[in-house]
Amino acid sequence: MSKKKQRGYSQDVVGDGINSIQKVMEPPKGRSNRGVKYFLIGVSVLFLFIMLVLPLVVVVTNALRDGWDAYTEAVFDEYTVHALQLTLFATVAAVAVNTVFGVFAAVLLSKFYFPGRQVLATLIDIPFSISPVIAGLVFILTFGNIGWMGDFLYQYDIKIVFAVPGVVLATIFVTFPFVFRELFPVLNAQGKDEEEAAALMGAGAFTIFRRITFPHIRWTLLYGVVLCTARAMGEFGAVSVISGHLRGKTNTLPLHVEILYNEFNTTAAFAVSSILVLLAVVILIVRNLVEWKKK
Amino acid sequence: MYVEMKHINKTFDGFQASDDVGFGIEKGQLAALLGPSGSGKTTILRMIAGLDMPDSGDILINGIRVNDLPGSKRGIGFVFQNYALFRYMTVADNIAFGLQVKKKPKAEIKERVEELLELISMEGLGKRYPHQLSGGQRQRVAFARALAPNPQLLLLDEPFAAIDAKVRRELRTWLRDMIERVGITSIFVTHDQEEAMEVANTVIITNHGRVEQIGTPEEICFHPQTEFVEEFIDAKYFEAWKNAT
Repeated sequence: MSKKKQRGYSQDVVGDGINSIQKVMEPPKGRSNRGVKYFLIGVSVLFLFIMLVLPLVVVVTNALRDGWDAYTEAVFDEYTVHALQLTLFATVAAVAVNTVFGVFAAVLLSKFYFPGRQVLATLIDIPFSISPVIAGLVFILTFGNIGWMGDFLYQYDIKIVFAVPGVVLATIFVTFPFVFRELFPVLNAQGKDEEEAAALMGAGAFTIFRRITFPHIRWTLLYGVVLCTARAMGEFGAVSVISGHLRGKTNTLPLHVEILYNEFNTTAAFAVSSILVLLAVVILIVRNLVEWKKK
Repeated sequence: MYVEMKHINKTFDGFQASDDVGFGIEKGQLAALLGPSGSGKTTILRMIAGLDMPDSGDILINGIRVNDLPGSKRGIGFVFQNYALFRYMTVADNIAFGLQVKKKPKAEIKERVEELLELISMEGLGKRYPHQLSGGQRQRVAFARALAPNPQLLLLDEPFAAIDAKVRRELRTWLRDMIERVGITSIFVTHDQEEAMEVANTVIITNHGRVEQIGTPEEICFHPQTEFVEEFIDAKYFEAWKNAT
């Protein structure tokens, strides 16, 4: 892409990510057009400032309000460290599980024809449309003491609800469409000619995936993983219901922030929030790198 | 008969793509499946390749019923309509793929790739990627890739559809000469009469999932056996063919 093209309106960035901008033709230079443009820019900037920039500034200033020592004390507090560990653990577990199943589901639905494909695709999207709180409740009703599998789990001394497995399970549930949703359109658009050609030459399913399909979805897969990670780390609703808020046991970072805030420990709450903000910024950078690589 | 189709039926979601299809092709023939779009010609080709399964009927290659054999065991090479070159592999790797999968020794693969690159006059372009090639070059790579494992039967799905009209004629001649030189039995699908008459020595006319007629270009043009063939075929294409040869 030439430098000239990158200037002004005619952005040649094509892609399906959030950051990509469709090619826009330069409009004829007219007064009214320019007026509309500046109005829209103004509205967007104002909106972003109120909704995003201001809250971020508030988080950082409040976190540092009582000085650096108070900040580090809150961040390195035993319970905070534990919450951070649990958040990271649940995130890694959820991302690993969802990556494997996301790839399976996307390959299945884009490369194979069978009755009920549409139903399966819709089922995978359920976590997007269901409230996380309800998801948490569903798990309690399924795996809790009074629940459906309660007796069975009690017999074998397996604890899911109000324990770490529940937290992981809830995180997996709310984040499982991400990898699939990213991969599916890409695999679908690719068609299956290359795979058929490889199969006709005698390549097995694994070879076909490794040498034909995977190179095609590499960056998209990573992008899906990044989105999934971001969502998993911030998950509150479902985890809140199923965890039981046991400090040092089942508290994740977002839950810990809520507890600190409810105890009027505002500085600590904001300090812990700043860890999440930091993680979010890291993910954002990774995401942009991946998007750039994807092109 | 090298390839035989016997009473083949196939439906897709209630659409009859093949209706009691039957024909035979002798060894060494270059056959064209010709018909309007939706007449079921690609379905026939895909069933011979094992990419689609017939609902009933027998497919024989070299006298053996292959219905239950996977496509990779039928000794065929397939050229896809858009070539389906592996876009993340170089030209050389594309051609080598079928041999690598069969776990042939490296030296042998290298030799065969060189040989095929020479055959398609693309020596020195083995390190290019498909997107760096012209349409004609892509077709030649697809052809070489299909031939690499030494198949006994070559199947081509609309081999000229993705090529612009200017170079199409040139490529037709090239492909026909190449197939003659290699001496491989071939079947290609086309909706273009001129193409079928010029390239093939056997033409199979399909319509509504049925085979209307099979014969040489001459027979098809001058002795149409059904009303459809008579209406469908324009004799001027045959004249053009006769003048060209």
